[in-house]
Amino acid sequence: MTSPGLKAAAGRSATPFVAAEQGFARQPLKLRPKAGLMGRSLHEAPMRYSGFKVITQGLFGNRGWQPAWRDPAPKPEYDAIIIGGGGHGLSTAFYLAKNHGMTNIAVLEKSHIGSGNIGRNTTIVRANYFLPGNSEFYSHSLKLWEGMEAELNYNVMHSQRGVINLFHSDGQRDAFARRGNMMINQGDDAILLDREGVREHLPYLDFEQTRFPIYGGLYHPRGGSARHDAVAWGYARGADSRGVDLIQNCEVTGIDIENGVVRGVQTTRGAIRAKQVGIIVAGRSSQVAAMAGMRLPIESHVLQAFVTEGLKPVINHVVSFGMGHFYISQSDKGGLVFGGDLDFYASYASRGNLPMVEHVMEAGMTLMPMIGRAKVLRSWGGIMDMTPDGSPIIDKTHIEGLFIDCGWNYGGFKAVPASGWCMAHLMATGTHHEVAAKFRLDRFATGHLLDEEGTGSQHNLH
Amino acid sequence: MRLTCPLCGPRDRREFHYYGSDDYLRRPGADAPASAWDDYLHNRDNPAGLTRDLWYHDMGCTAWLVVTRNTVTHEIAAVEMVADPAVTAGGDRT
Repeated sequence: MTSPGLKAAAGRSATPFVAAEQGFARQPLKLRPKAGLMGRSLHEAPMRYSGFKVITQGLFGNRGWQPAWRDPAPKPEYDAIIIGGGGHGLSTAFYLAKNHGMTNIAVLEKSHIGSGNIGRNTTIVRANYFLPGNSEFYSHSLKLWEGMEAELNYNVMHSQRGVINLFHSDGQRDAFARRGNMMINQGDDAILLDREGVREHLPYLDFEQTRFPIYGGLYHPRGGSARHDAVAWGYARGADSRGVDLIQNCEVTGIDIENGVVRGVQTTRGAIRAKQVGIIVAGRSSQVAAMAGMRLPIESHVLQAFVTEGLKPVINHVVSFGMGHFYISQSDKGGLVFGGDLDFYASYASRGNLPMVEHVMEAGMTLMPMIGRAKVLRSWGGIMDMTPDGSPIIDKTHIEGLFIDCGWNYGGFKAVPASGWCMAHLMATGTHHEVAAKFRLDRFATGHLLDEEGTGSQHNLH
Repeated sequence: MRLTCPLCGPRDRREFHYYGSDDYLRRPGADAPASAWDDYLHNRDNPAGLTRDLWYHDMGCTAWLVVTRNTVTHEIAAVEMVADPAVTAGGDRT
């Protein structure tokens, strides 16, 4: 049942990582001279990690490891401040320093680095978007993922094990064929699998059931997963080594604005002046934007996820069910990591309600009964900054020097590198990066929506 | 989570459909500027704390309800009928 367009994709998908060819990756970290530390020599040029280093450190009691980043006190003034030390904030700081040479910058984090959604998510990395505006952005992001470990000299355990989205009706197959062709047109990979094709990859699914028969799946081989904490730590270390101050336990309590121009921020560690301020705080976007008198097109919702005890390898891909909200992968530690849909009401509680727990478990058992004996170790709820059309915002605000990167809904993890890349581009150059030009804050007022699901632009629809 | 419907009593969350912030009760007039419609449809206070939002009791009495609740603790403070004139008398924010 493979369409001609999708056959072409299978051939293209064999092309290995294009990132290096396009110059996004393979630029080794430069060892910075001491002078580059701006007068602070809290540690030497950052230690490079390697297999050799692991062995030699192991031989000498692991006493030679250095802290991966400094713990500086805030300076009175910076060229730019990033509010939020999560994945997107840290990658923005990293690319501001690396791509644009802006090193007199600080990341302000109210807790510790990576303590929000970057430290607790279901780690899926993919570029299977449909709409112009989204498609090129996530395509760019996936290329950055493919070069990330070399770029950061950090093992983020990025594993391109393939994403398979299952379909269960003729209509769904048509929709996925169309999506697959869009992915191919974007230059990414997609293979439309029929039922037997799915069975080759995922023999453990319940193919025999009559209620939700499996017709096939859209296979995205370059999709996969990564170690979420390591992504935060890798970007943190990379930013710090370029001179960025990562200031933890520093909560922003106010944004200073004079005559429509941002002047700096008030924090629990004192006032800090800055020419530019970027708000990159995910689920708390509305609260921080309110400090600048802004009211955002965002409603924060809770999304639950679940992890089982560690098992031997049983699930080798990222798999999603097309007839209920359920997706699953297996972490390198062995735990099955799975989740479903939002609880569907505004919440900051970081925990969900039982109806969605029940739905996710039912959907999982329907799709792959083999997981029924696995014991769920824990579940949690993350706070999702939902926009009306389900797409993100990377834009300037009406206040000069104040920028915002938010609205990642439930899909921010895969966007971490490109979000930072494009936000850094916007802050450094004042113009939108071409792959993120449609993530505008005013698109809801103007009607230039990015409604990937085609369900409408309303808060309770995504 | 349970909501205490004024007509039906305490009922499971599954019986209700969440619609969104009670901004939806303040529909702009037909001659309102586009910004008023943007505020009505998209922009939200999105508070971490006490909020008022609209729920529909679709598996029960089909009444529209205004629920006052805490988004951090999930505590429900009040459930009132949208049809109650006292509830919707708040006026037009825009």
